Order: sequence, then structure tokens, then C-alpha cells
Amino acid sequence: VSVSWYLVVSALVFSIGAGGVLTRRNPLVVLLCLELMLNAANIALIAFSRMWGNVDGQIFAIIVMVVAACEVCIGLGLVVALYRRRLPIDVDELRELNG
Amino acid sequence: MVLYVFVVSYVGMAEASHFKAPIGGGQRVLAMLFAFALFVELSIAVLASGLQAIGTDGPTVAFGFGGPEQIGRALLTDFLLPFEVASYLLLIAAVGAVVLARRRGGIHEEEQRVSAMSFLRPPGVGTMAEAVEGRTGTPVHRELGPSAGDGAAAGEPTSPRGSGL
Repeated sequence: VSVSWYLVVSALVFSIGAGGVLTRRNPLVVLLCLELMLNAANIALIAFSRMWGNVDGQIFAIIVMVVAACEVCIGLGLVVALYRRRLPIDVDELRELNG
Repeated sequence: MVLYVFVVSYVGMAEASHFKAPIGGGQRVLAMLFAFALFVELSIAVLASGLQAIGTDGPTVAFGFGGPEQIGRALLTDFLLPFEVASYLLLIAAVGAVVLARRRGGIHEEEQRVSAMSFLRPPGVGTMAEAVEGRTGTPVHRELGPSAGDGAAAGEPTSPRGSGL
């Protein structure tokens, strides 16, 4: 399988994630779609890593996973805090921080 | 992923209706259009790329390429600083999540304590917990409200078991 097909799969997963982020209102689903986008980037990184015969891309993918885990951790902490305060869990309702 | 399961079960199924409630109308269509356009554009960028190496299978690599041994060696020699920084990042994120989701005393009102006995026990039996929360009396007594109860208290008692503490 040539490298370009991995990249096409990566582009497909990234597009699904982007569409989900734009259409969904629940922050949990938005976080899941963000995860999808980051994993699409990971697929591309590992495909390129295989293309060059070098493990550096895999290291980068692992670091991306770590960052994604941190981001999800903070995001879910925010969701739990919102739930504790009986605020609506809806990104359209939570617009106090906009300009 | 496990964290997702825990948070979804904590937040509860009352919010599950939001899962099926996407934004309406034009923005939804526009977002789908944008996602599709993004996919087409990325596919064009990949498939029509001038990079010759993308169309090939890549070099033949040795068996065990990208295995745990190679990754571990690379992580602990060439990428030791990013490895350590990532560990600190994880630590800070864990602490931050705990701080965010912590129960704050005094900022918002105390959460109501729910025990299984409050469902099993018939209301108005005059337990100590009901007395503390001011819920003594039968349901009829509570429907009348405190003002009606006080007004009627001068006359006849509205609840036979209301003062049976």
C-alpha cells in the first residue's frame, strides 16, 4: 500500500473530526472530535515516518498523544466542573468568555 | 477513553439528549460542506502532489522497525528532553484536572445528600434527618406550605403525625 492512501485516510478522519467539531454542541462530543483530528495527524505522522524509514515521526506521534491526553483531561475536568455548578453542558450556552 | 466513559456516566443520561441535538439549519449544512471541501482539498493535495516518494511503498525497512526497542532507544537518547517535558505536562494536567473538578466548599451551595433510605422510607415518619432539613410532617402538611401550616396551627392540627418527633 502506498503512502498516499494512508494520507487519504488521515484526511478523511480529519475531515470527519472537523465536521463534528463544527456541528456538535456537547463539549464531550467536541472533545471526541478533537481527538479524532489529532489521531488523523498521528496517522499522517506515522505514514511519513514509515516513508522515511525513521522513528522520529513515531516519537512525534507519541508526544501528540501525550498532549491530547492532557487536553482531554483538562476538558473533562471543565465538563465536570460545569456539571457541578448545574450549568448547561452546551458550548452555545457557555459564551461568557467571548469578546 | 476510559475517562470519557466515566465522565459520561457521571454527567448522566439527562444530558444525553444533547448528543442527538446538533445545531440547526444553515450552520449544519455549512459545516458539512466545509468538512467535505476540506477532505476534497486534502485529497487533491495528497494525490496530486509533486512528491514522488508519496506514491511508493517507501523503503524496505528491517523487521522490527518502529518496535519498542527502537522507540525506547530514541525516546531516552535523542528525545530525552521532550520525554521529560511530556511527563511534566502530564503531571500538570492531572493536577489541573483535579483542581478544576474539585468540590469547592462555600462558592456554591452544598450538594444535597441523597441516601437510599430516603427513597425506601415513607415520608413524614419524623426521622432526625427530616427534622434537620425541616421536612417533618406528612405530604399533605407540606403541600399546604409553612405559612398555611402556621395559620392552621392555631386551629386544629393539619397533620396528626406532624409534631410526633
